[in-house]
Amino acid sequence: MKLNLKIWRQENATAKGKMVDYPVDGIDGDMSFLEMLDILNEQLVEKGEDTIQFDHDCREGICGSCSLQINGEPHGPDKLIATCQLHMRSFKDGDTIYIEPFRAKAFPVIKDLIVDRTAFDRIQQAWGYVSVNTSGNTVDANTIPIEKEKADESFNAATCIGCGACVAACKNASAMLFTSAKVSQYALLPQGRVEATERVQAMVRQMDEEGFGNCSNTGACEIECPKGISLENIARMNREYLAASVKG
Amino acid sequence: MSVLDSKIPKGPLAEKWTNHKNDINLVNPANKRNIDVIVIGTGLAGGAAAATLAELGYNVKTFCYQDSPRRAHSIAAQGGINASKNYQGDGDSDYRLFYDTVKGGDYRSREGNVYRLAEVSGNIIDQCVAQGVPFAREYGGYLDNRSFGGVLVSRTFYAKGQTGQQLLLGAYSAMNRQINRGKIKPYNRHEMMDLVLVDGKARGIIARNMITGEIERHSAHAVVLASGGYGNVFFLSTNAMGSNVMAAWRAHRRGAYFANPCYTQIHPTCIPVTGDHQSKLTLMSESLRNDGRIWVPKKEEDAKAIREGKKKPTELSEEERDYYLERRYPAFGNLVPRDVASRAAKERCDAGYGVNKTGQAVYLDFSSAIERYGKEKAFTSGNKNASKEEITKLGKEVVASKYGNLFDMYNKIVDQNPYETPMMIYPAVHYTMGGLWVDYNLQTTIPGCYAAGEANFSDHGANRLGASALMQGLADGYFVLPYTIGDYLSKDIRTGAIPTDLPEFEETEKAVKERIDKLMNAGGKKSVDSYHKELGLIMWNKCGMARNAEGLKEAIEEIAALREDFWKNVKVPGSATSKNAELEKAGRVADFLELGELFAKDALHREESCGGHFREEYQTEEGEALRDDENFKYVAAWEYKGKPADAVLHKEDLVFENIELKTRSYK
Repeated sequence: MKLNLKIWRQENATAKGKMVDYPVDGIDGDMSFLEMLDILNEQLVEKGEDTIQFDHDCREGICGSCSLQINGEPHGPDKLIATCQLHMRSFKDGDTIYIEPFRAKAFPVIKDLIVDRTAFDRIQQAWGYVSVNTSGNTVDANTIPIEKEKADESFNAATCIGCGACVAACKNASAMLFTSAKVSQYALLPQGRVEATERVQAMVRQMDEEGFGNCSNTGACEIECPKGISLENIARMNREYLAASVKG
Repeated sequence: MSVLDSKIPKGPLAEKWTNHKNDINLVNPANKRNIDVIVIGTGLAGGAAAATLAELGYNVKTFCYQDSPRRAHSIAAQGGINASKNYQGDGDSDYRLFYDTVKGGDYRSREGNVYRLAEVSGNIIDQCVAQGVPFAREYGGYLDNRSFGGVLVSRTFYAKGQTGQQLLLGAYSAMNRQINRGKIKPYNRHEMMDLVLVDGKARGIIARNMITGEIERHSAHAVVLASGGYGNVFFLSTNAMGSNVMAAWRAHRRGAYFANPCYTQIHPTCIPVTGDHQSKLTLMSESLRNDGRIWVPKKEEDAKAIREGKKKPTELSEEERDYYLERRYPAFGNLVPRDVASRAAKERCDAGYGVNKTGQAVYLDFSSAIERYGKEKAFTSGNKNASKEEITKLGKEVVASKYGNLFDMYNKIVDQNPYETPMMIYPAVHYTMGGLWVDYNLQTTIPGCYAAGEANFSDHGANRLGASALMQGLADGYFVLPYTIGDYLSKDIRTGAIPTDLPEFEETEKAVKERIDKLMNAGGKKSVDSYHKELGLIMWNKCGMARNAEGLKEAIEEIAALREDFWKNVKVPGSATSKNAELEKAGRVADFLELGELFAKDALHREESCGGHFREEYQTEEGEALRDDENFKYVAAWEYKGKPADAVLHKEDLVFENIELKTRSYK
C-alpha cells in the first residue's frame, strides 16, 4: 500500500520542530509499524539524508522504549499494544498518518520522535523499591504465604512497561497511572507494606516535582495503556496517600 | 601448555564455593569508599552486580545504551527462572540441577562453575521475593513451579510470561535504591566504545554520549562487562534491535580471550519469518512446551495442501499427524532440550513437511491441553458430565490464565487465533553460550576486567537449558561477582582515584574518534542495515543450525570480503555530534563483521557435534550429535592478533570429576 506520512522532525531539545511529509510505497500489511519506518529510513540513507530518530529496542512490546503518538493516539489506533506490535494491516492504502513524539512538559524532545523520560526513573529512585540488601541473607521464599489474588493483582500492576503512554494520553500530562502502578505493586505485598507510608509520600512528591499534571479521572490513560494497567491503582494510591498523610 | 588457569578451587565439589569465599581477601568498608567500579550493561547480571557492589560500599558507575536501565533486554525473557528449591518434592537438589545443566550443555561446561550456580540458585528466589517480585503463586499462597526442557523435575519459578521483566524490575529497584543514596551514578544512553588499559590492567572506558555525541573518559579500579550476547550477528534473532557485541569485542581486541564463539542457541519456538521486511524475530516461550504438542502432517501431500491453503491443520485427524518429538524422544517428548527440538524441526521441514508458505514452520498445538484442562476444571467445579463445548470453554480459560499474554502476542503478529488453530513456529537465534573467557572469579584474561551473565561463556557449555539464563545472570550479579571482585580490589586500597588524563586514556580516546570519523566519512552508498542483513544471511545459511566444513570455509571468506567492502562503501548520514542511530548501528555492525568470522573459524575447527554446534559430518546414523571427547573436550579461547583469521587458539581442558561423560540421550 501507499501511505502519506507526516512526521515530526526536530533537530534537538532547543530547536523548533515541524511536520514533514514523507510518501512511502510498497508497504505490506504484515509489516510492523516500526518496520515501515525502517523502510523510510533506508530510503533516506540512500538520499544521504539524516534518518528519522525514534526509540525502539525489543520490538515485542515489553521494553517500553517505543513511544510514538500516531494519529493523535499513543501507540496508535490498536488497543493493548505498544507501537512495535502495531501492524500495517491496521491501515489502508492511501491513508495519511501523523507521527509525533509523546507530548508532555516533563518529557522534553531530544530529537525528532525521541523524548526524555528520565522523570519516570527519578520517581522510582525516590522510593520505588523495598529496602532490602541483595546479599541473599533473607528468609526462605515460602516463609510468608501470599494470597494468590493479591499476588496476581500485584503482578498486574507490575507489568507496567514505563513507556509513558499514560502521560501522553492525559490532557494534563499526569503520571498518576504510572506512579500508582508502582505504589500498588508494593502496597499489595507484605514485603512492600513495611515502608508503604514513606514510599507513597516520596514517590508522589517526586512526581509533582517533575512537572506532571494533576489527575482529573478522565481515564484516557487506562484506555491507551499498552498493558491495560487499571485505574484502580490510582484509587489505591490515593487511599495510601491519604492514610500516609493522616499518619503524618 | 595452556596459559589459561580456570582457578577452580580445590576440594570436594559441594565445598568449593564455600571454601573459596573463606580464602579470598576482603576489602574493609572504609576502603570500599575509595574504590570505583564501572559496570557495562544493566540487565540482570549488570543491574544486580551494580546494586550489590554499591550496597557493599563501592562507587559504581553504570552504562547502558537504552534510555533507562530498566529496558535492558533481560526484560524480554518470558518463561522463568530455575532454582533447586525442591518445593514440589519431586526429587530436585543442587546436584540434580548441576547434573542437568552439565548434561544439557553436552559436557562442554565447567563443573565448578555450574555447581556454584546450582548452589546459589535457591537464594535468588528468596532474594527476589524479599524485593517484592510478584512470582506466580498457588491458591495456598506458596510459590508455583513449572517444567522446562531437558529436565524431569518442576523447578522453574515464573511470573506469567513476563518473568524476565519482573526480575529485571527487581534488580532495577535495587539499583534505584543505590542511585538514591548516591552510590550508583547511572549513565544512560551511553555506549562503551573501548576499554582503557593502564599497566596491563582494565582501568576505565571510553564512552559515547548518544545524545550529544560527546566522547567521554571514565576511570575505575575494575570494569565489569555485563553487556549480553551476540545473537544479532545473525541480523534476525530474538535479541533486541540494539543488542550488540561492542563492549565484549572491544575488550577482546584489548586482550580478553573470546571463548567458544560458535556455541549459539537456536530456540525452537519462535514465530516464523514472514518476509524480507522483517527486522527481528519473536520468541514464544519454552513454557508453552509444557502443554503444547509439536507436530507436522504425516503425509507430505497434506503438508503441501496446507502450504497452498487448500487444507487446514484442524482438518487433520490424530492419525494423520506426526508428533515427531514424542515419536523420537518418548522419555522427554515435547520437553527435549532446545538444540534437539530445533534440529528435529529443521529435519522435518527440510524433508518437505513444513506448514507455512515458506515451508519453514511446524505446529505447536494446544487442543489436547485445552481438553485436558477443561475436563479437570469441569470435574473439580462439580460438573461431572460436562459437554464438549463446556469443556472447551473452560479449557481455554485455563490456558489463557497460564499463557494469555503469549497467545495475544501471537495473535497480534500472525493475525491468527491460537486458541482455535495451532500456532506455527520455527527455530530462531536466541542466546549465545559463547562469550568472553573468564576464570572461576569471572575475571577475563585482562586483570581487572570481569564478565558476567550472557557476556561470559562459563556455565552453559554448548547448549543452555531453558530458564537458566535468568538464573545465571542474577547468580553472577548478586552472589558471585561481589565476592570475587573484592579479592582483586583488595590490592587497590592504596591506589587512589585513577586519573583520566593518563596517556592511555588519551590514546584510546583518539582511536575511538578516528574510528567514528572513518565510519562517518566512508563515503559509500550502502546502508548499514544492508550489510547487517547480508552478514546475517551468511551466518544463518552457513553457521546456523547445521554446519559443514565447506560452508564454514566459504563463510570465512565471504565475511572477510564483506567487512572490507563495508569500510569502503558504507553510508552513514547525519552527524557524529547528535543522536544518530545510523552511526550507532555502524559501529556495532563493524564489530559483528569481525566476530562473525571468528565464529565461523571456531565452528570450523571444532570437528565434532555438541549441543547447539551441529556439524553435518559428525552425526550418528539416527541424526543425533556425535561428540568427540577425546579431541575436543576443551574450551576454545581465542586470542586477538589483528584480524580474526590470525586469532590464536588456547585450550582449557575440561575436567569431569563428578560426572561421567556419556552420550546425551533424551529417548
